Amino acid sequence: MNIMLLALSAALINNVVLSQFLGICAFLGVSKKSKSAIGMGFAVTFVLTLASLVCGIIYHFLLVPFGLQYLKTIAFILIVAALVQFVEMFLKKFVKSLYDALGIYLPLITTNCAVLGVALINVQKDYSIFTGTVYGFFTAVGFLVAITILSYIREKMEFNNVPKAFQGFPIVMITAALMSIAFFGFSSF
Amino acid sequence: MKDNKDKPLERIWNGIYVENPVFCLILGMCPTLATTTSATNAIGMGLSTTAILVASNLMISLLKGIIPNRMRIPSYIVIIASFVTIVEFLMEGFFPSVYASLGIYIPLIVVNCIIMGRAEAYAGKKGPVESVFDGLGMGIGFTLALLLIGSVREIVGAGTWFGAKITPAIYEPVNLFILAPGAFLVMAFFVAIMNKLKIGAARRTDWDPTENGCADCSSCAKLGFCGGKPAAAEEEVKA
Repeated sequence: MNIMLLALSAALINNVVLSQFLGICAFLGVSKKSKSAIGMGFAVTFVLTLASLVCGIIYHFLLVPFGLQYLKTIAFILIVAALVQFVEMFLKKFVKSLYDALGIYLPLITTNCAVLGVALINVQKDYSIFTGTVYGFFTAVGFLVAITILSYIREKMEFNNVPKAFQGFPIVMITAALMSIAFFGFSSF
Repeated sequence: MKDNKDKPLERIWNGIYVENPVFCLILGMCPTLATTTSATNAIGMGLSTTAILVASNLMISLLKGIIPNRMRIPSYIVIIASFVTIVEFLMEGFFPSVYASLGIYIPLIVVNCIIMGRAEAYAGKKGPVESVFDGLGMGIGFTLALLLIGSVREIVGAGTWFGAKITPAIYEPVNLFILAPGAFLVMAFFVAIMNKLKIGAARRTDWDPTENGCADCSSCAKLGFCGGKPAAAEEEVKA
């Protein structure tokens, strides 16, 4: 039950993009076409789940026993960077079809602050490795939901007559603001 | 223009106005949106980012001859992460209240694209003095942009500025502005105003947007994706 609540809260109520502002760069940058947005969403889901698992293991079995908690920021960012590289190489060699679908988005994920953010939140909230991984997975699901919705709205918006100064970036931000208000609805249950 | 390109004052002006990281290059969106709930938070975030930017720019430009080209990105990440850790501890020790309200966004400065972007586009190629001023300019530009957004959000959303009440009693604060949607809205309007000014300027002086690098990209939402790389690449060609 607790896990269910955590999952719902991570995916919808405290949506990673719309209420915590993590992963905004990818959210705004790769949401122009729904196909690439969904690709990015799945790539983030894949890496984020794996990264929260690996960061959790390293933190609990390496940093804590040696009293090195203060190195967590450096350790996590290196883990994420190495992991992304490794996943890319692995997919390229063994799962070619998945690589073709997600490949170009993988290098961008290193600097996606949602990945590092979730690893740090897991430590901050003292989640166990399992809880942290579940939290990571559902946070990523929240990202996938948000970026998919935004990309479909943006595809429709191509045909709208937007004032010149609002074209491009500003109108996307306004769309995100309206989505954010809509997602507030989940917290009032 | 070419002669004084790397002069200290030009670098600072470049960071504040010409290539303002937030309004022109649209870099570093996470902290910009997340930490501007009040003017105090905005200043805290801006100054800590500035400190890290200056320190990492200096360190990277000093080490640029030693770091092998292929290993430069991991090396930059480690340098930046070390400074972030230092700043995190200083904040925790000296400004515990700001540290508590910024929370997770302090360690997340590591992935702020402004810092990595400047390391890659500037500090890795130029000397230490220019790099320090470049970092300073970008940092001040970032801080001012955050302060502007933070002030608007705090005044409209809470009726206060730096914690002091400034609106008349009859004004009912619009809570929405200090919540998440307010960040998106305020940012959208600032960029729209910036675009409007640029459209006006272009009409008046027949100003070539491509000359500036940032002018023709700012209206392009893909910028978060390319991370302002075209602007940096253009700088390279010119230099």
